[in-house]
Amino acid sequence: MLFKNEYDVIIVGAGPGGSMAARVCAEGGLSVLLLEKRQEIGAPKRCGECLLNKELQYLGFSDNENFIMQKLDGSVFVLPNGKQKEIPFINFYNVILERKLFDKALCYKAAEAGAKIIAKATVVDVLKTDGKVTGIKAKIDGKIIDINSKIVIASDGVESKIARMAGLNTTNKTNNMAPGFQYELAGIKVKDEKKQYFFIGNDIVPRGYIWLFPKGKTVANVGIGLVEPKEKTAKEYLDDWIKTQPELKNSSIIEVNSGGIPIGGLLDNMVLDNFMIVGDAAHQVNPLHGGGIGEAAKAGEIAGNVAIKAIKACDTSQKALDEYNKVWWTEHGEKLKKIEKYRKIYTDKLTDRDITIIFESINGEMVSELARGRGAEKLIKIMLKNPKLVMLARHFL
Amino acid sequence: MRQAGSKVILLVSKVDNDKCLRCGGCVSVCPVDCLLLDEAKGIIVDAKKCTSCGVCVNFCPVGAFSLKKED
Repeated sequence: MLFKNEYDVIIVGAGPGGSMAARVCAEGGLSVLLLEKRQEIGAPKRCGECLLNKELQYLGFSDNENFIMQKLDGSVFVLPNGKQKEIPFINFYNVILERKLFDKALCYKAAEAGAKIIAKATVVDVLKTDGKVTGIKAKIDGKIIDINSKIVIASDGVESKIARMAGLNTTNKTNNMAPGFQYELAGIKVKDEKKQYFFIGNDIVPRGYIWLFPKGKTVANVGIGLVEPKEKTAKEYLDDWIKTQPELKNSSIIEVNSGGIPIGGLLDNMVLDNFMIVGDAAHQVNPLHGGGIGEAAKAGEIAGNVAIKAIKACDTSQKALDEYNKVWWTEHGEKLKKIEKYRKIYTDKLTDRDITIIFESINGEMVSELARGRGAEKLIKIMLKNPKLVMLARHFL
Repeated sequence: MRQAGSKVILLVSKVDNDKCLRCGGCVSVCPVDCLLLDEAKGIIVDAKKCTSCGVCVNFCPVGAFSLKKED
């Protein structure tokens, strides 16, 4: 394995955030090293594998890639009273991915651009001179090696240690971290494989939701995410629910996944001298549905562009890298902050009855709009006109 | 978490790494940064740093944590 002992940029973690940052930096002419601790990039997944088609295009893919298992045309919400609300997609659609192939495809693009990628390379520490990050200490091929760089980008996921090693405390509050648990189930009969299903209600999953994302007619990711589970673990809530679903009861388990989903706790500052954080490590996730692929990739692109500019100007100080904070907050952070507010209304304020009434009274487009941080004003107007909803409008004000 | 007559018993977080799915969520919520995710071994607890606060016990999606007497 050939690699140098110095790079312009070292990126830790080869998820969508890290591989996007690597691609952008390499395309910008920087020398890039991307390290991944796992022996196989993309596996095991910690993800429901759902992605917006626009984000797929943004990443440079068509909708016929080999990692697209299913194209969807709408959502079905199964409400606490058992009724179903079907919401067709308008002006967008979602796809269900095979993350193992998808993450690798992103890395292929980074490698084509000129980035050097090494799997099964664990970063054990950051190197510092005068308190400033100057590289990393990694275990590669069983040997501990020091590698220097002008900038280190940490995209090492929820379990991020790199940021804390560098001096940024990224510990998240428990009410901002949703425990997630998921099975990939096979041998099932999906009612409509073009729909993503959401099951909501305090009886089955308090302060969260259960999802069923089809990967074909007989396979689906069936998972759960919830806030501060009290009586049972996430796994127990999901297991108990599956027992009540005739079409899932006798299914086969193809994969077991768990994860911590940061659904809050966005960081005001994500940079130090010579150092930036990206993706789950920086809690960059849509707080309402918990999706983070697109968010991580877009943050990776911004961080990559800031790194190019900073290195060309020979100034990688915290002040110079602060542009990443500014751009990210303007383009994405403010919107996610709004969505976090809606998420807290959903998890902390609304009862099952409220949720049922809202879903039965508003149109589907509004649900999609809210998930993107838009349309609250429109929703409030509708709520104020509806006697059943008028009392709930206050939460959105 | 420390008493039992006059004798002090210190509880620390223990993890069942057969149950652990290596998701690392606990590392993110540990307020004293005493957990480390090792791909091969699973979660490693730094018993010296652990304050037995129980955050990991409540968080773990698969219930792999418990508070036990330090060995």
